[in-house]
Amino acid sequence: MEQMLSLFVRSIFVDNMIFAFFLGMCSYLAVSKNVKTALGLGIAVTFVLLITVPVDYLLQTKVLGPDCIIEGVDLSFLSFILFIAVIAGMVQLVEMIVERFSPSLYAALGIFLPLIAVNCAIMGASLFMQQRIGMDPNSSQYIGGVGDAIVYALGSGVGWLTCPSPCKDSASRLSPWDLWLWHSCASPASAFNLKSRKTSAQ
Amino acid sequence: MSKLFSKENQEVFTGPLNLNNPVAVQVLGICSALAVTSQLEPSIVMGLSVTVITAFANVIISLLRKTIPNRIRIIVQLVVVATLVTLVSQILKAFAYDVSVQLSVYVGLIITNCILMGRLEAFAMQNGPWASFLDGIGSGLGYAWILVAVGFVRELLGAGTLLGFRIIPESFYVENGGCYVNNGMMTMPAMALIIVGCIIWAHRAYNDRKAK
Amino acid sequence: MNTNSNTYTIAYASIMVVVVAFLLAFVSSALKPTQDKNVELDKKKQILAALNIRDLAGTEAVEQKYDEVVNADMIINAKGDTLNAGADKDQAGFRVETKDISAESLPLYVCKVGDDVKYVVPVSGRGLWGGLWGYVALDADCKTVFGAYFSHESETAGLGALLAEQKFQDLFKGKQVFADSAAASVALTIVKKGQVKHPEYEVDGLTGATLTTNGAAAMVNEGLQNYIGFFQTVNK
Repeated sequence: MEQMLSLFVRSIFVDNMIFAFFLGMCSYLAVSKNVKTALGLGIAVTFVLLITVPVDYLLQTKVLGPDCIIEGVDLSFLSFILFIAVIAGMVQLVEMIVERFSPSLYAALGIFLPLIAVNCAIMGASLFMQQRIGMDPNSSQYIGGVGDAIVYALGSGVGWLTCPSPCKDSASRLSPWDLWLWHSCASPASAFNLKSRKTSAQ
Repeated sequence: MSKLFSKENQEVFTGPLNLNNPVAVQVLGICSALAVTSQLEPSIVMGLSVTVITAFANVIISLLRKTIPNRIRIIVQLVVVATLVTLVSQILKAFAYDVSVQLSVYVGLIITNCILMGRLEAFAMQNGPWASFLDGIGSGLGYAWILVAVGFVRELLGAGTLLGFRIIPESFYVENGGCYVNNGMMTMPAMALIIVGCIIWAHRAYNDRKAK
Repeated sequence: MNTNSNTYTIAYASIMVVVVAFLLAFVSSALKPTQDKNVELDKKKQILAALNIRDLAGTEAVEQKYDEVVNADMIINAKGDTLNAGADKDQAGFRVETKDISAESLPLYVCKVGDDVKYVVPVSGRGLWGGLWGYVALDADCKTVFGAYFSHESETAGLGALLAEQKFQDLFKGKQVFADSAAASVALTIVKKGQVKHPEYEVDGLTGATLTTNGAAAMVNEGLQNYIGFFQTVNK
């Protein structure tokens, strides 16, 4: 539990997709002019993340990893293609859902909805997840199960979605000040992180 | 030969380098531009990888453009790009291991680089292979030169080296009795954003003046 | 031909998948040996760096030096019993990945620099932003540090990242592992910059990187503590 909480807080603040890794900036810069569309896109991104990261996790551990299907065969060279295929498929689904239930949001998001497929934050989350499977299990970045993958996806999505809020008034562009602001939030969060690991280790 | 380098084709090639630069003018693909540029070497490798991938993806899609079923157009483009990126990533791991470790997930993220999908959809789907090839090389290099410029400034001011070679002599540093200190801020990603901003500013100011 | 019919679309997608899969499988299997070699080479370089053998030029030089210097890669347990003598060199301890290191599976490299026996042990821990790892080389009596090598995933550039610089790693040379002759627990640690009280076993930390320093201190101290059983057998 503690591990998951730490993973969650960390993926929102410390490993924030936009402020720490600059992923998903293109669409972020374009939609952050208006809080409502930004929120709509943010929710769509979070939703797509919530499905693609666990699915990609299962693909990676059950199908692509070494010795998964055939003994001695490592299929991880197919991971890029499969990950992007899962993402593109999911985005198609989300597009249909949004069009059906909220035509106004569908119109407001316009081209940016299908472009979620090429949103670096989503591909990035899957690639980071793939990297984190191989990490030290004590690390708060470690992803060791579908639960962890879901928590990580949720944290990344929430982190991505809350980013536009601090700069909603400031000329709709990401300014260096937003970065400093975010990094100053991130430092106490990382302290929290270290503490929570220590207690869980004892 | 003269047809291969006709006026239109020259424009296709040089446009993205300057007047229609993907990073400076269209503000596309800056995610990786910010993340990998703390040193010059990964910036160059990243720029070249993107150039090669854009050029070949453009050629392949342009060759296939009349056969691709419209409904699965985007998926086909993504698969072609993902295949090329996987190839590049495997080659980097085999022959430039150190750089591939530094670039880590950002090689995979070339798949979602907006410049690539943008060029495939806007150019390669309508034009012949040769023009598409030039367009891909041009767009890639337009992206690469910005990356290299940012990497140059960041490594020089942040670490006093270029490609790992010391440029600012050790004796200039405070520890050795000089009066120079590395600018630690340059190594932070935030500084990349500021440098890209400065490049965009200079680029636009220059081109606006020329237009007048 | 109608490129929008269902049959055409499905056939197109299937052919594409098969072509791409074969292409990638071919390239990947062709490059796999080179890639694995690179990973091994990187690990060998790190082990050699802990033994203060740095800046070797070229693959050949690294392989040759490693073969010359490292005699065995043992696997031992926390009590100090040898589980695998590792005479084949890079087959036993070398194959244990950092995340699989446990009390029952501790890799230990037995090396010979000049005529002196040295032991290299891997250590790993967590810094401020991500994992830290490294190798510590000890003299034959397991009481004095011979050299050290550290690296990190993502520490702050210019502050915590200085951990990976030779300048910091050289501070470990000649430090004592234990505070007293009883040698019951590892004393070697890293303290906050400028607060060294016992220079025999305390290493000066990194400026402006307290959390990285703390993480590295825990890594070195706890990492060596795992091997205490072995150290005691050596000194018996």
